[in-house]
Amino acid sequence: MAKIHYREIEGNSINYYILLGFFAVIIAIALAATYYMEHNGHHVTGMTNQIVWGVPHVFAVFLIVAASGALNVASIASVFGKTAYKPLAPLSGLVAIALLMGGLSVLVLDLGRPDRLIVAMTNYNFKSIFAWNIFLYNGFLVIVGVYLWMMMEHRMNKYSKAVGFAAFTWRLILTTGTGSIFGFLVARQSYDAAIMAPMFILMSFSFGMAIFILILMGSYAGTGRPLGTAVLSRLKNLLGVFVAAVLLIVAIFHLTNLYATEHHGFEQFILLNGGIYTFLFWGVQILLGSLIPLFLLYSPATRESALWITISCVLVITGGLAQMYGIIIGGQAFPLNMFPGFEVSSSFFDGVVNHYSPSMPEIALGVGGVAIALIMVTIGIKVLRFLPLSLDDAIVDPHYKPATEETAESEATA
Amino acid sequence: MSQTDDHTNNDQVDNGHVNNDHVNNYRRKFLGQLAAVTATGALGSGLVLNNFAQARPADEAVSSNVRYGLLIDTSKCGNGCDACVKACNDENGLQGFDRPETDAQWIRTVKLRDKSTNRTVSLPMMCQHCEFPPCVDVCPTGASFKRADGIVLVDKHLCIGCRYCMMACPYKARSFIHEELTGQVQGIPRGKGTVESCTLCVHRVDKGETPACVEACAKDGHKALIFGDLKDASSEIALRISKEASMQVRGDLKLNPGVRYQGI
Ligand code: SF4
Ligand code: SF4
Repeated sequence: MAKIHYREIEGNSINYYILLGFFAVIIAIALAATYYMEHNGHHVTGMTNQIVWGVPHVFAVFLIVAASGALNVASIASVFGKTAYKPLAPLSGLVAIALLMGGLSVLVLDLGRPDRLIVAMTNYNFKSIFAWNIFLYNGFLVIVGVYLWMMMEHRMNKYSKAVGFAAFTWRLILTTGTGSIFGFLVARQSYDAAIMAPMFILMSFSFGMAIFILILMGSYAGTGRPLGTAVLSRLKNLLGVFVAAVLLIVAIFHLTNLYATEHHGFEQFILLNGGIYTFLFWGVQILLGSLIPLFLLYSPATRESALWITISCVLVITGGLAQMYGIIIGGQAFPLNMFPGFEVSSSFFDGVVNHYSPSMPEIALGVGGVAIALIMVTIGIKVLRFLPLSLDDAIVDPHYKPATEETAESEATA
Repeated sequence: MSQTDDHTNNDQVDNGHVNNDHVNNYRRKFLGQLAAVTATGALGSGLVLNNFAQARPADEAVSSNVRYGLLIDTSKCGNGCDACVKACNDENGLQGFDRPETDAQWIRTVKLRDKSTNRTVSLPMMCQHCEFPPCVDVCPTGASFKRADGIVLVDKHLCIGCRYCMMACPYKARSFIHEELTGQVQGIPRGKGTVESCTLCVHRVDKGETPACVEACAKDGHKALIFGDLKDASSEIALRISKEASMQVRGDLKLNPGVRYQGI
C-alpha cells in the first residue's frame, strides 16, 4: 500500500464556519430547552409517570449504540488486519468518541436532577447495570482515546493492534450493557428477553456504519479531497450486511415472542394494532430503514452512486431511530400485565395503552446530542490529523486497479 | 432540605435489635394511646417504648427481625371507597396539580373485572415492599434501598431522577415529581426531579403507629387493610396468612412482596 498521509483539514473556509455555527446554534437551542424543562419540571414535556423515558432517551440510546458501531472500521483494520480499512481507523475512533459524548450529554441533561451528576459519579450500586454502564462509557472514552494516540503517534504504532483489540472487546461489552438496560426489566413483556443484548450489538454495527459513511463522505466532499470507489463500495457492502443482520435478528426476536404465549399481547400490539408503533415498525423500521436501503445498496442501478449510498445511510439512520422509538416508547406504552385474565382500570392508567406525544423541548434536546457529536468531529478533524489527504483507489488498495472487465465497468459508471 | 428520616434509618441499619415479639396484639388494643406514649418515648428511654409497642427510638437501629407488610382483603374493600387514597394524600401532602398523568400517586384504587366471569374486584395498589426489589437492584446510585425491616424507600438526597426504577417496578408503584412542590408536610421529604413511592408511612411506623391508609380503612369500618410484622408468628397478619389463602401480585416474578391480597 502506498504511504498514507494524514493531514488536518484547513478549516478556514466560510462553509466550515457556517457548519460550526449551525451546530453551535442547535446546541444552544438544546441547552435552552434543557433549562426550560429542568426549570419547570418534566411536566412540560410529553413524559409522564407512565412513559418515563421519552424522545431524549431515544436519541441518547441511539447515539450510544451507534458510537460503539462507529468503531467497527478501526476494529476491522487492527483486529482483523484488513489493511484497506487502516486509513479510516483514526476517523472511526473520533466518530465513536463523539457519538458517545453526544449520547451521554442527552442522557445526563434529561435526568430529573442533572445537577447531581457528581452523585452518580461517586455513589455506585454495583448491582445496577446502569451503574456498570457509567463505568463502561467512561472506560470506552479512555480506551478509544489511547487507541487513537497509538495510531496517530508514529512511535506508538506497534501497540495499536493490542489496544485496538482491547477497544474492540470493550465496545462489545458496552453495547451488551446498553442492551441489558432493557433486557433486565423482567416486569415488562416488551423487554424481558436475552436476545436484547445481541440485537443491540447488531444494531450498533448498522447504525454506526451508516453514520460513519455519511461523515466520511461529507468531510471529503467538503474539503475536496479525493474519495475513491474502492473505499466506499467496501463500506457500503458492509453496511448492507449489517442491515440484513439486524433484519434477521429482529425477525428472530418477534418469532420467538410469538412462540411464547405470554408475549402474544405485546406482539399483536407492535405488529398489528399498535397504531403509531405498528406503523413505525413496518413502515419506517422495516421498509424505509431496512428493505429499501438493502435494495439501493445492492441494486446495479444504484449501488455505485454516491448519492444513493448517502440516501441509503440516511434511511438506515431513520429506521434505526424508529426502531429505538418502538423499543423504548412502544415498550412503555404497552400496559403492564399485573392481573392476567382481568380487565384493569384505575386513576393511574392501569390496563390502558399509555399515551405519549413528544414535545418540542425533548426533540430539541435529542437533536442537540447529534449536534454535539458532529461539532466534535468537525473540530477534531481540524485540530488533529484524522483524515488521510487522499482516499483515492490507487492509494487505498493498489490491487483495486480495474483488472477485469467487470471492475472496469463499475469504475466507469462511478 | 434537612437530613431525612429515611436516610437516618438507612445509616443505622443492622446496628441493633428491637425486641418486639408478643407486642403486636397489645399495640392494636391501645392504638389510641400510642401517639402520646411514643411521643414521650421518643424523647426519653427506649426501654419504656419497647415494653409498650414496637416503636423504635430514634437512636436504635431498624431490626431485620421484623418484616413489615400489609394484608389486603379485597372482599372487605368498599365499592367506590377511596378512604385509603385520601388518607395517604393527606398524610404525605400529595395534593397534585390536577394533571393525572404527571401527579404523584402513592396508592391508587384498581378495579378488576374477570374477563370470563364478569366478577368485579376493587383493591388498593401501592409499593409492594418487595423482598427482592427490582427498583433497588437497578438504581445506579443506591438511592432506592430496602430497610432491614423490609420497607423500601428512596433517599431523596441520592436520587438523580433517572427513572430506571420506574421502568423496573412491575407494579407501577413509583411517581416522578414533574414540577416544583409547595406546602409539603414536614418530615416527608419530596422534591422536583426525584422519584418517590409509598413509604409504608415509615414516619408513623417508627413511632409505633400504623400507616395512614390502614387507619383510615379501619375508621371507615371496612378493616380491609391489616398492617403488621410478617415475621412475628403471633401477629394478626402472620396468623391470618398462615390460616387463610392469600396471594402476591405477580408472584411469578418471585419478588416476595410484603403486601398480600385476598379475594382476587
Ligand atoms: S413494588 Fe416496585 S417500588 Fe415497591 S419495592 Fe417492589 S419494585 Fe420497588
Ligand atoms: S430515579 Fe432515583 S431512585 Fe430511581 S433508579 Fe434513578 S436514582 Fe434510583
